[in-house]
Amino acid sequence: MEIQFILNQKQVSAEVGADTVLLDVLRNLGCKSVKCGCETTNCGLCTVWVDGKSRLSCSVLAAGIDGHEVTTMEGVEKEAAEFGEFLAGEGAEQCGFCSPGFIMNVLAMLRELKNPDIEEIKEYLAGNLCRCTGYMGQLRAIQKYMSEKGCSQTDKEVQA
Amino acid sequence: MSAQMKKDGGASGLRVVNQAVPKVDAQALVTGKAVYTNDLAPADCLIVKVVRSPHAHALIKDINTVRAEAVPGIECILTYKDCPDKRFTMAGQTYPEPSPYDRLILDQRVRFVGDAAAIVAGTSEEAVKRAMKLIKIKYEVLEPVLDFRKAKDNPILVHPEENWKSLCPVGADNKRNLCAHETSECGDIDAVLASCDYVIDRVYHTKANQQAMMETFRTYTYLDTYGRLNVVSSTQVPFHIRRILANALDIPKHKVRVVKPRIGGGFGAKQTSVSEVYPALVTWKTGKPAKIIYTREESLIASSPRHEMEMHVRLGADKEGHIRGIDLYTLSNTGAFGEHGPTTVGLSGHKSIPLYGKAEAFRFVYDVVYTNVMSAGAYRGYGATQGIFAVESAVNELAQVLGMDPTVLREKNMVREGQVMPAYYGETAKSCALDRCLARAKEMIGWDEKYPCRDMGNGKVRGVGVAMAMQGSGISGVDTGSVAIKVNDDGFYSLMIGATDMGTGCDTILSQMAAECLDCEMDDIIVSGVDTDTSPYDCGSYASSTTYVTGMAVVKTCGTLREKICERGAEYLGCPVEDVEFDGQQVTNLKTGESISRKDIGNKVMCSNNEALSASEAFSSPVSPPPFMAGIAEVEIDKETGVVEMVDYAAVVDCGTVVNPSLARVQTEGGIAQGIGMALYEDVVYNAKGKNYSNSFMQYKIPSRLDVGTIRVEFESSYEPTGPFGAKSIGEIVINTPSPAISNAIQNAVGVIIRELPMTAEKVYWGMQEK
Repeated sequence: MEIQFILNQKQVSAEVGADTVLLDVLRNLGCKSVKCGCETTNCGLCTVWVDGKSRLSCSVLAAGIDGHEVTTMEGVEKEAAEFGEFLAGEGAEQCGFCSPGFIMNVLAMLRELKNPDIEEIKEYLAGNLCRCTGYMGQLRAIQKYMSEKGCSQTDKEVQA
Repeated sequence: MSAQMKKDGGASGLRVVNQAVPKVDAQALVTGKAVYTNDLAPADCLIVKVVRSPHAHALIKDINTVRAEAVPGIECILTYKDCPDKRFTMAGQTYPEPSPYDRLILDQRVRFVGDAAAIVAGTSEEAVKRAMKLIKIKYEVLEPVLDFRKAKDNPILVHPEENWKSLCPVGADNKRNLCAHETSECGDIDAVLASCDYVIDRVYHTKANQQAMMETFRTYTYLDTYGRLNVVSSTQVPFHIRRILANALDIPKHKVRVVKPRIGGGFGAKQTSVSEVYPALVTWKTGKPAKIIYTREESLIASSPRHEMEMHVRLGADKEGHIRGIDLYTLSNTGAFGEHGPTTVGLSGHKSIPLYGKAEAFRFVYDVVYTNVMSAGAYRGYGATQGIFAVESAVNELAQVLGMDPTVLREKNMVREGQVMPAYYGETAKSCALDRCLARAKEMIGWDEKYPCRDMGNGKVRGVGVAMAMQGSGISGVDTGSVAIKVNDDGFYSLMIGATDMGTGCDTILSQMAAECLDCEMDDIIVSGVDTDTSPYDCGSYASSTTYVTGMAVVKTCGTLREKICERGAEYLGCPVEDVEFDGQQVTNLKTGESISRKDIGNKVMCSNNEALSASEAFSSPVSPPPFMAGIAEVEIDKETGVVEMVDYAAVVDCGTVVNPSLARVQTEGGIAQGIGMALYEDVVYNAKGKNYSNSFMQYKIPSRLDVGTIRVEFESSYEPTGPFGAKSIGEIVINTPSPAISNAIQNAVGVIIRELPMTAEKVYWGMQEK
């Protein structure tokens, strides 16, 4: 069947089967940031946004995406790079293979939660596995990014 | 200024080395660029999949592929009849490999559940999957050898074949299911133990663990303009892959080119050519591009996990707690094939016993046996992890018997700078800050206040536990790294390395070293990943070798290049080379003050020039200086359920000069998290018929960010005189302390000693019940 949806703010269509998962459709459409790490919804590497909410694209049937809006890292590259600089500052991207899914979920978290504390951050991102870093550097990056963003928002307010 | 000139000053005065610079590939990685194997594979690649044996041990009597071949889109179905009958090893090691030549690409005998029985290639995943179901294989099912304690001299042989071959004298004998055997000793261990006041005599058991890197095994292949087999693969060992594929396909090595893109983690898994042979065979047979992407399930059932080991330790000491002798017997399970079998086991003794420098005698004996489970391989720590769990646990048991604080017992016995380490190939610990590491780790955790435990008053008790570790820095007398640097127009440098960045950051830290040596900025240097056609030879990234071995090759190459730049500058300035100095930006005639810039030299050598302005040097070390570390775990145990939760982990590492503090720190944190998984959860579980139950992340549980507690890392640096800028390795040692430290913390909290990993809640619970 043919589905139509909005991918990174552009209308796209794809021919999919009844059992095609969104992950495969997105990679075929050129969104190579979307990685597959486990096929069983355990690792978080394939995290994308569907209608603005984080979803694991390995477990979303493509047929159900018809008429919806999907965002991958290709669609939020500037914001990803902005946070990514903090991640790289800690050396906490390491192999980088889990970074896109992780960063997508971090950006989703920061849209959803206001000033999350350490426990809330860990809870929100629990489904994003990383085998390289031991998670500490990722946490440091998030905290530094949040404090920087907080500062810049304050600056804007002051200027306003 | 050369690296040699900075030796007295340690890490001080360094400009680029010892700085936490971001990785050179960071921007691409954090924005999800298409830089990994499967992102780069051409869209028209044939999809390759492997039909796997459902039996642990069987002979293929017949394979009927007629119906499968009729599936539209199927390009080829290959069986053992299509493969050369010439055995090879998939272990990525320097030739002649210690691992036996015991593999065929496809064999008539299948040796574990998941062993390759046929290869299917087709134009789509759907077609290949449909064809796989239509292949009919008749097996003669044979009795497997599943208990590694009964494998040696078992009448059932895993490798009865006559063309099995061992290239090195490692004590292997396929007619005894023996992959390796060796005895090494110093002093009269039996006499020393007989005269000891206390002898701890215990058996410890570590299980197979999966590296579980986020990117599974994957490779794509194609023929190039010259009809050569091009291989793009997620590998730690591109040059070894070239040899392995030439051996496997029985073709000349010059027919193979291997390219390494970015890699999504390896941890040793990709030091074995797990996936390369299958698409390579398809492309070689069909002439068409082909790719294989392992599923997570395949990566968990047919890969290269840590060797399961059982270790019998006898540890003797006097009443005051002086450790006088260590006797270790290790039985290692290499599974169906011998990849890394003969070598991993050696580290279980050679990198655990030397932690106790004052012992009068040691003995270390091992057997490595074949069984009908998936082949083991290289995993971070490479046998040292297993041996250190056993020896460090025995030391903690000794402390309990003596009624002594385990940190105090270690302070009395640990190896110190300047000591000769008989069990470490007789090498001297020229750089060792282990004493400072332990002292600092104790301060960080608050050992004196927290040891042995604190009842939290809510049914939970917190305990602290300690362990020490060492590793090596490359394989002495074997590992070879080479580097080439050329000067380009405008004077920028190309740094060409054969070392394999797999996320570890070697492209970055080697560039840092080059920038330091050449007195330039990192932006003046471009670094190229590995292409076996053009990169200088490097054995690859394993055995904690890159920083130390390839790092020294960078230092040497830069030294040579600086001389050449001076010579060329002097020539252009028309003066003797003795009169000039190169400060990184320009060559100056010290007598006249006249100078020529690096930029001008770079441009001048591109016009009317008869000698390339480049240098290439190799480095191999006669020694392998060990990094050292101390790790202290604080855990909280639920007295009702036995559940162990990580609270805090303090780790202090002596890796010599820290080349890049943020990368070294993250490596350490990551290694500790993996070690926590090994200690508490991770286990490859087989049923009675040899089927692997741990075949997804739902069964094989790796730690999430909720499971690791807080991990805190500091460095206490010694200065390694033979290393680049005083550096030693960091990559592997960091996984070695969690298992024994957490075991000790459980022991100190609830008095339960667990000698078999993982230390699950059940084991702790039943241990508490038995008390």
